[in-house]
Amino acid sequence: MIELTVYGIVLGSIIALGSVGLTLIWGITDLFNCAHGDQITFGAYIALLFSTMFSRIGALGSPVGPFSFGWGVLIAFVPSIVISAIVAIAIDRWVYRPMRKSGAHFIAAFIASIGVAWALRGVIYIIWGADFHFYAEGLRPALQLPLGIRMRVDEFFIVGLAWASVAAVYIFLNVTKMGKALRALADNPGLARIAGINTERMIAWAWGIAGALIAIAGVLYGIETQLRPEMGWIFLLPLFAAIILGGKGSITGALAGGLVLGVAQQVSTLWLTPTYKPAVAFMIMILVLVFRPRGIFGRRQAT
Amino acid sequence: MSTAFGGILSFIASFAIMASIYAIFSMGLNVHWGYTGLLNYGIAGFFALGAYASALVTSRLPTGELAHYVKQAFGLGLPFLVGIAAGAVAAGIIAAIVGLLTLRLSEGYLAISTIGIAESIRIFFNNESWLANGPQGLIGIKQPLRGIVQPASYPFIYLVIVLIFLLIIYVAVERGIRSPWGRVLRAIREDEIMASADGKNVFFFKLQSLVFGAMIMGVGGALYAHYSAAIQPGVFEPLFGTFIIWTMLTLGGTGNNKGAIIGAFIVWALWSWSTFLIMKIVPAGFETRAPYIRYVLIGVLLVLILLKKPKGIVGEERTVSRY
Repeated sequence: MIELTVYGIVLGSIIALGSVGLTLIWGITDLFNCAHGDQITFGAYIALLFSTMFSRIGALGSPVGPFSFGWGVLIAFVPSIVISAIVAIAIDRWVYRPMRKSGAHFIAAFIASIGVAWALRGVIYIIWGADFHFYAEGLRPALQLPLGIRMRVDEFFIVGLAWASVAAVYIFLNVTKMGKALRALADNPGLARIAGINTERMIAWAWGIAGALIAIAGVLYGIETQLRPEMGWIFLLPLFAAIILGGKGSITGALAGGLVLGVAQQVSTLWLTPTYKPAVAFMIMILVLVFRPRGIFGRRQAT
Repeated sequence: MSTAFGGILSFIASFAIMASIYAIFSMGLNVHWGYTGLLNYGIAGFFALGAYASALVTSRLPTGELAHYVKQAFGLGLPFLVGIAAGAVAAGIIAAIVGLLTLRLSEGYLAISTIGIAESIRIFFNNESWLANGPQGLIGIKQPLRGIVQPASYPFIYLVIVLIFLLIIYVAVERGIRSPWGRVLRAIREDEIMASADGKNVFFFKLQSLVFGAMIMGVGGALYAHYSAAIQPGVFEPLFGTFIIWTMLTLGGTGNNKGAIIGAFIVWALWSWSTFLIMKIVPAGFETRAPYIRYVLIGVLLVLILLKKPKGIVGEERTVSRY
């Protein structure tokens, strides 16, 4: 039980990081981005592309300290973040923004995000095939902790980087001028525009930030498990559950929701086969929607 | 009939059977999304329920050697038409339960909930081997009127059966939507608050629409099961089971049943024929990855229609009934 809770926190940290970008976009543009999962997959595979390239350069291939992955993977975070952010901004620029401009109902964008998801996954299948991939071959070293918990060394890195990234976004949104503008936009788009905020530019920035977070989440998820083209889509249900639990646009809510989902999914394996994990996420989501549709940390709707 | 010509004909018949089954799903989605504004992202779930229910009801429990390999909860050995009805009822019951839980939510939440339902149903059939043989699924599902013709000619018989169902469902949906009941659904889609101010019980009408559409999808699922004679959970993945149908309806024309049918035939032609074309042009060694070009095709097509021609090919009729 304690062991499963610890694994749940590891999984929950990745869910939390993955859902921060999703809730940010939901808060600012009202869009449930169904392509979010596949963008995560894409970020993970971009990092794979660069890490295999970097790993050919002698020393970069050997493991970093006690971790299973090499410097190549760490450096690959950078191009993955940049490309993922550019792709996110490009998708918004060519798909969602024209819909916003033509005054199409936000549902059109919601349906379109499904199309984006399939197109992106098709590209991933075409380039990398359906096989599983790993960032690092060979052993994945583990540590024996008290209370009979075995944890992989990598998992300390995963939790650390996930929390640091979520904290960075939180601070960014609450301290910087641009962060405040983004929050203002999420609160009341009309008022934000009157206050002189360039809303389209802010939305582009939000997509860029979401894209960067997506890439980090993708690489961490890839380190924790393995890379396969369906990884992001399967991950999408817990992400949606986490942001609905956390409440629209709430970073702390997404963090708490992610942890709850991660722990619940892992602990459920005491009674259920692990393949039921997505169904567990879904049941939690339904319960929240029925009993607390605004989420546990959700703000009151402005009236 | 020369063999080459017969081959082409039966190829066209097989194509038309699948396209017609998809047209039935597409009309079911039209009831949900086109007429009532319900975002159903879980068609695959109702598809699976219809297929499994009909397969279980019409097949017999395996005996002898086969019983070691095929496990199923029950097999009633009932006729084909009872199976189709069972498919509709199974999908309708689950839709009613889902609706009671989620129909008070706004559109987006309903969509995400239905993704979850479809995935949960698929995972359930995959895991619970006692019910319908888990990942291996069911084989040898009964095919109606199988014995009366040569096996090679069977697609023509089944095509007629599917077309009869397509016609019945088309007439039923058209009559439904042109009735006062259908006008209430459209009123709800346009303005929920207005409809409820007019004294309509919005929730109850939405529930009826959800169940009606899901029953149509259940029939489609049952027809699929008896056509392919074998089903496994892998069939009911989101692309093949849900989102290709969204592309069909969006392309044909949301809110128009003729559009739903036209869209189904066009997209299914693109999907099934593009394989041949793609296989011809891709370099050697790339064949295993080439079919995924269709993922890109379906995705890009959906986005392009929404951007360039959101009303689809046919578009909705402004007036559906003279009163």
